[in-house]
Amino acid sequence: MAQTSMSLPRVKEPSNLKNWFGVTPFFLFAILFIVLPSLYLVEGSFFNAEGRFTFQNYLDLFTTPLIVEAYKLSIQISAATAIGGGVFGFLLAYAITVGGLPRQLRSALITFSGVASNFAGVPLAFAFIATLGRRGFVTLQLLEQFGIDLYKSGFDLYTFWGLTAIYMFFQFPLMVLVMVPALDGLKKEWREAAENLGATYFQYWTRIAMPILLPSILGSMILLFGNAFGAYATAYALTGGRLGIITIQIGAQIRGDVLHNPGLGYAMAMGMVIIMAVSLAGYSWLQKVSERWLR
Amino acid sequence: MSAITTDAPVGQGKKRWSFRQAGTRFWSWVWFLLGAIYFLVPLYATLRHSLRMERDVIGFKAYVRAFEDNDFWETFLLSNGLAVATIICSVILIVPTAYWIRLRLPQARRIAEFITLLPFVIPAIILVFGLIRTYSAPIDIPFTGIELLKPLTTTKFGTYALITAGYMVLAMPYMYRSVDTGMRVVDIRTLTEAAQSLGAGWFAIITQVILPNVRSALLSGALLTFAIVVGEVTLAAFLGVDAFGPYLFLIGQHRAYEPAALSFVTFLMTWFAMGMIQFVTGGQGQAAGAH
Repeated sequence: MAQTSMSLPRVKEPSNLKNWFGVTPFFLFAILFIVLPSLYLVEGSFFNAEGRFTFQNYLDLFTTPLIVEAYKLSIQISAATAIGGGVFGFLLAYAITVGGLPRQLRSALITFSGVASNFAGVPLAFAFIATLGRRGFVTLQLLEQFGIDLYKSGFDLYTFWGLTAIYMFFQFPLMVLVMVPALDGLKKEWREAAENLGATYFQYWTRIAMPILLPSILGSMILLFGNAFGAYATAYALTGGRLGIITIQIGAQIRGDVLHNPGLGYAMAMGMVIIMAVSLAGYSWLQKVSERWLR
Repeated sequence: MSAITTDAPVGQGKKRWSFRQAGTRFWSWVWFLLGAIYFLVPLYATLRHSLRMERDVIGFKAYVRAFEDNDFWETFLLSNGLAVATIICSVILIVPTAYWIRLRLPQARRIAEFITLLPFVIPAIILVFGLIRTYSAPIDIPFTGIELLKPLTTTKFGTYALITAGYMVLAMPYMYRSVDTGMRVVDIRTLTEAAQSLGAGWFAIITQVILPNVRSALLSGALLTFAIVVGEVTLAAFLGVDAFGPYLFLIGQHRAYEPAALSFVTFLMTWFAMGMIQFVTGGQGQAAGAH
């Protein structure tokens, strides 16, 4: 039945067709606001400035230094903040769920995490300029109290490390928000069973809890990667477009065709979609693995 | 005496575990404090900066200046309205879908999950690119020339509808994930059967049985949606909606202290809103998840 249900819902089970009606609004929404707009961009990426069909736009992605550099920088920042934010966010989620902290801290941190992710974008950039900018609070404190000159030691808010530090502010709270339900999904019975069978706490974590949670953790990290990779407003508000990550370059292209080739702009957008799609494939595989235990 | 000896092995086991947990608790505190520092220092720095508009005086001048601006109120209320609309529409669209797929249509699960992850493949900047290309022209019924839909971007309501749909797309991966996780933890099949045997209809099941049981997940999803929408700048800027994000960006270009003041106010007000959401859902949203 499992094999036939996909291909022959109509013939075998009339009630099955009725079941599909239940999800029609959702699929309709997806087609109208996700699929259709994407197809318009795909279409555009295969035409040159003269309106003829071409693959040249995709080849040009690899030979245009501006675009190559933009991709490289974006990937580096996203990977760094996904791993850093993912690990730290998990530890925090662990601390407030099974780590034995008072319950009030838990709801405080969850609320705070929601607010902190909300702080992404323009306000976040302003906050970090006030913190780690040249005249920022932490920068000045380090100089006055400890004699450490951040900016002389190579740090600059308006570069890779600065943007990484800023992205972390919304990355690890997001990890907390998505990991808390998963950690709550760990059943008390598993723990009691392990305890009764004489397992140590360490064994319980390495043999039972971690294998169950790991797909979920990696999946969430991929979520973070995409979150950073697609971020636009924070970097734009911070540098006004000087730090050339890929979204900034695409934004410039939307505003005024800086590449002097609309098709190349669409291809640049599609390149981003392809990178995201590869990580999506990894994510959905992890999701399948995770399903086995956390049903 | 005999009672004590039979209890002893269990007691020992508990002792060993609680000893381990004491170490765990120490590290939990370390992580929590580190997180708190990362959260609070930028906020403190912003507050500090916002209070120093007048030379050598701590005062609220930057706040007074910022609040005198009518545009602030208009854009800020608009953004909050869009966020609420997005959350309500998302819940209406996603909760019944996720529920239905888990209960009756497991074969649609793969494709639904694939769709909910598409927004993740298509970031805001690309989504808005596509939305503008698609909906700035009238949409005809294919091969007939009959106009089905006027260009959405030419009317104010059309633009608001379009940006809300866009925000729903952006929030979808997080909303669906969190709702679906919530339904995974509570046994919706048993709950549904119990409700049905008591004579409840589908509407009652979803609103009175399923929704309260996934409220922890809904709360996380709503928090994330709020996080995405208020202060969002990409969709708003490119669709030409006078939302709070673009406004803040604009005054950031021209002023020194007001942006810091507004950044801090945004933070406080959203914190208040989040607190309200948690209060409305009973303040113990996680109890449903922990089951």
